[in-house]
This record gives sequence, structure tokens and C-alpha cells, in this order.
Amino acid sequence: MKDSIQTVSAGADHKLSEQDLAEAKAARYQAGKSNSVGRYIWPVCALALLLAVNLLLDASFFSISYQDGRFYGSLIDILNRSAPVALLAIGMSLVIATGGIDLSVGAVMAIVGAVCANLLITDISVFAVIIIGLSTGILAGVINGALVSYLSIQPIVATLLLMVAGRGVAQLINQGQIVTFQNDTFSAIGVGNWLGLPMPVWLVIATLLFCQLLVRRTALGLFIEAVGCNASASRYMGINDRHVKLFAYAMAGLCAAMAGMIATADIQGSDANNAGLWLELDAILAVVIGGAALTGGRFSLALSIIGALIIQTLATTIIVSGLPAKFNLLIKAIVILVVLLLQSEKFRNQCKQLLRISARGDV
Amino acid sequence: MFKQRYLPLWITTSLLMVLFLIGSMQFDGFASSRVVMNLFSDNAFLMITAIGMTLVIISGGIDLSVGAVIALSGVATSVLITQYQWHPLAAFALILPAGTLFGALMGTIIYSYRLQPFIVTLAGMFLARGLATTLSEQSLEIDHPFYDFVADFGFELPGAAWLDLSTLIFASVFLLAILLMHYSRLGNNIYALGGNEHSAQLMGVPVKRTTITIYAASSFLATLAGIVFTFYTFSGYALAAVGVELDAIAAVVIGGTLLTGGRGFVAGTILGVLLMGVIQTYISFDGSLSSWWTKIVIGLLLFFFIVLQKGLNGKPAKTITSH
Repeated sequence: MKDSIQTVSAGADHKLSEQDLAEAKAARYQAGKSNSVGRYIWPVCALALLLAVNLLLDASFFSISYQDGRFYGSLIDILNRSAPVALLAIGMSLVIATGGIDLSVGAVMAIVGAVCANLLITDISVFAVIIIGLSTGILAGVINGALVSYLSIQPIVATLLLMVAGRGVAQLINQGQIVTFQNDTFSAIGVGNWLGLPMPVWLVIATLLFCQLLVRRTALGLFIEAVGCNASASRYMGINDRHVKLFAYAMAGLCAAMAGMIATADIQGSDANNAGLWLELDAILAVVIGGAALTGGRFSLALSIIGALIIQTLATTIIVSGLPAKFNLLIKAIVILVVLLLQSEKFRNQCKQLLRISARGDV
Repeated sequence: MFKQRYLPLWITTSLLMVLFLIGSMQFDGFASSRVVMNLFSDNAFLMITAIGMTLVIISGGIDLSVGAVIALSGVATSVLITQYQWHPLAAFALILPAGTLFGALMGTIIYSYRLQPFIVTLAGMFLARGLATTLSEQSLEIDHPFYDFVADFGFELPGAAWLDLSTLIFASVFLLAILLMHYSRLGNNIYALGGNEHSAQLMGVPVKRTTITIYAASSFLATLAGIVFTFYTFSGYALAAVGVELDAIAAVVIGGTLLTGGRGFVAGTILGVLLMGVIQTYISFDGSLSSWWTKIVIGLLLFFFIVLQKGLNGKPAKTITSH
């Protein structure tokens, strides 16, 4: 009798758990679905809202004119100006997805700028200069990656090293001067245009496409997310987490090199003190606005680019609205705080409770 | 264990001695009490900030906002004195608690919403710089009898050295910090928190109160450092003290504090600042070396000490990056 009861109850448990599992599975798929839609909705809405505010402030904001073989307009301007941060954000997304952070990208921009400017003065072909510049960026990234993955140094600290020493190295290359050059082919990277759009925008599009294909059409993206979620677990699964991290930091270095070249080509000179100053913070901010988890494991390259666009649009909005530019930092700080708090589950629950209380009050 | 614990301290001390000896042998006037006292008075604001950073790092966190808080404190002080004709002491009485509150807010956000200290204090950094630029974009010169009094205040030491108010303020902060960290319950709580937050909570450490106190203390010290900085520059400027947070972190690491928290000494941090100061003094005495070498040498030193920390800890922490 006892036995039969037990088997019956066990059978019921079994059935129940299977049902539960199926439900949980369905819920998980649903959650994943709604989550991925929600992930894209909020940043895109924020960007649309900002653009709408601009349209209200200035009716001609969306107008784009075609002149001398290129497009002109505020929107093109935003795209063009956000290019360095967008490039950095692509690399930063990969690094943050592995659970790391790269504080050195601004300093790497300065180093690459200094290397390129000093090589352009000599008689080396522009092509070789670009290759050497990109390699310098990759080398810097590999140094960061090696410190993080092989010496197991915390990412903040490992990349802080290059952030502190990097500007010194750039100044050493420049001998403390601002090195200027005259080279139309190289300047084209910063100020040229192709098919009507500025060159930096094309660079961002190309890098985004390349990385997106690399990350989403091969297993690499999955590896990066696995390492970011749990490095030891992914190691037991047979993923070489060290190589994955090394790759992420090398890509961040490569992106920083491109951003550094744009900045250098833009002013036709290398200023070791100011090139890329504080851009690492903007890049991190872009990735955070894009909804990536700072703890790693979740990222979207496209959303990070939207984050970079939001930052630039915000700066433009402040100028268009006639507010003094000095409010830029303050508004940026408030935006980060709000985005951060929204990422916290507790804060969202508190907000929901507040909403419920006010709803009850209405009834 | 006893030896290992103090090893980074010994290395920093010997490096400091060796560099100082090399300097004294190479240049006349390097080994004078004047140079030593200048090391203290020039770096007083950095030392005060770095003491706060030591507390934060020992607790396992990081505070990137200190440089911006120094600038904000300086600008707010000069605005109150020059534009609103406040007496400096009254201005300090308002600014110090306000700065402390700023840190307490960051601590609350970090604890309550389980956000990373790194990103919250980064937002705090933007906020403080933004507030400072909103208050005044130009550098504001302070011209007040009290500041003349502060500039003249001090004690003559043998060897034409001068013990000024900034150094005295630093010395009292230093003593208080040592008492706090090594002889009070709060100090024990901070070490416990840095060792392992979860175990600390299970042991009955008031994690919330300690976290908030730590960030409040760091911002308080940064605010105080901002005031000391105005004694030094006689002005407040929103873009002052850019990158001081990095110098402070570097000093803490060179001083032998473990970046993952739980281990370290306030005294080590002071040695770290002094070492960086001696490097700078050496480079300025030499004259042929350029100032950017300072950054490179500090970077190399940082690297050396971080690798040393890894070596001393035995097995590298594998899960650090996944948190």
C-alpha cells in the first residue's frame, strides 16, 4: 500500500516536473525572444527620441543636401563625428563581452597617431604606414590581452598600465612636439569621402560588417559569450579562454588604431597629449547604453554603435538647443546614471512598486 | 607570512632609498631637507587623496571620481570666496560635508543596486567634472587675506626647509587613517570586506554601512585634497587634477596594497607617492630627461609591482575576470 502510494506520488512528481520543464523551456524561449526585442527597442527609442527633440528644436535638422560629390547635413555630421567612438565601441564590446575592460584605447590612439605621423614625414609609402599603424594597435592589444589572460591580472589594472605609460610612449615618439605632416592620401582617411559619405563612416560600416560576420557567422561569438559568462566553465567545455581573450583585446587594439588614424588624419598631425583623450570612457559608455552587461557574456555590436550615435546626438542636441556646451558633461553623467540604474533589477522593481502605488492612489 | 606581507613595502622603501642616494650622489642639493619637505608639500593633495584610495582599494573597490572631486571642491571653494564673498572657513564648512555626501551617495548606489564600483564612480567622475564646469569654466583666482595667512603660515626647519600647512594637514590625516585602519573596528571591517564580502557579511560585518562609509571617506579626503590644492595654486579650475585618480591608484599599488582587496597599508601608499615624487624630482634635477619619462617609469613600476603581487599570491586568481 505504502509502496503504491509512493510510486503514484513519485509518478505524479515525475509528470509534474516534466510539465514544469516544458513550461520553463517555453518560458525561457519566450523570455529570450522578448528580451532580444526589448534589448533593441530601448536604445533605438532613445535615439529616435533624441532625434525628434532635435527636429522640434530645428525644423531643418533632417535636411540633407548634395553638393560637390558629398552629402551635407546634421545627420551626416553626427555619423561622421561619432565614427572614432563607434570604432572604439566595436572593440570595447568584444572586450567587455569577455568580462574585461580596456582603459587603454585612448592612449593606443595617441601611440598609433604618433607612429603614423612620424612615418609620414619620411619617404615610406602610405600603404606601409597604414599597415605599420594597424600592427602597432594590434601589438598594444596583444600586450593587454597577454597581461589579462596569461598573467591573470585584473583587466582594469592591466589596461591601466598602458593607459598611464601609453601617452608617455606617444610623447617619446613625438619627442614632446606636435608632429604635423602633409599627405593628401593619408588625410583622406579622416576628411575624404566616397559615394557621398565621409570616409570614417565607411570605415565604421566595414569594421561592423567584418566583426559581425566574424562573431555571428562563426562560433567565435558564442565562445566570447561563454568566456564572459564563466571563464572556468568554458575552459572545461574545451574553449581556450586565453586565446579568446587575447583575440578580443587585439581587436580592441586594431579598432583603436583605426580611430587613432582618423583622429590624426583629421588634424593632419599627432598631438600625443590630446589625441583620444577620455574617448575610452565614451566607448565604455556607448557599450553600456547599448545594453551590454559589464560583467560579460552579453553584447551586441550594432547596439554599441547605436550607443555611440546616442552620445554624439546628445552632444549635438545640446549645441542645437542653445544650452552652453559646458552642460555636456553634466547631462552625460545623468544619462549614464539612469542607464546604470535601469540595468539594476532592484531599481526596476522599486520603480514598478512606485508605479503600482501611484496606480492604486488613482483608484 | 610575516615576511611576505611586508615584502612589497620593503621593496618600495629600498627603491626610494636607492633612487634618493643616486640623486644625491649625482646632484648637489638633492639630499637636502628642503627637497624632502618639498616632496611633502608638493604632493600633499595627492597623498591625502591616495590615503582615501587605499581604504577603497583595501575594501575591494575602486574610486575613479577623486580627481574630479578635487576639481569640483577647488572650483566651489573659489566661487564661494570670490563671487559670494564667503569667508574661506565658512566655505570649507559647507564644502567638506557636501563632498562627503557625494561619496556616501555613490556608496549607497554601489551597495543597494549591486553595481560595479568602477562604473558608478566613473559616472560620479563625469558628474563632478560636469558640476565643476557648470559652476565656472574659467580658472578663478582666489585673493583673500586668509589665503595670504595660509601661505605665510608654517615652521622653519633646519636647512632652509619649510613645514607648511598642507604638510601639517596631510600629517594629521595620515595619523588618523593609521588609527582608523589598524586600531579600530571600522578598519577591521574594511579589511574583512576586501578579503571576501560574503564571509564578511556572515561574520556580522555591517556591509552596507561600511561600504557607504568607505566611499564617503574617500570623497571627503578628495574634497579636503581639493582645498589643499587651492592653498597650493591659489585658484580653482574645473580642468585641474585631471588624471589624479590614476596617480593615486598607482601610488596605492606601488605601496604594496593588493588590488583585489583585503591586504595593504596606508603607510605603503605614502611611500608610493614619495617614490613617484622622487622620480619627478630626479627628472627635473637632471634637466635633459623629459617629463614624459615620468609616465613611462611609473608605468613600468606599476607593472613590476603587479607582477610581484601575483607572484606573492601564489596561484593566480582565475575567476577575477568573470565577476
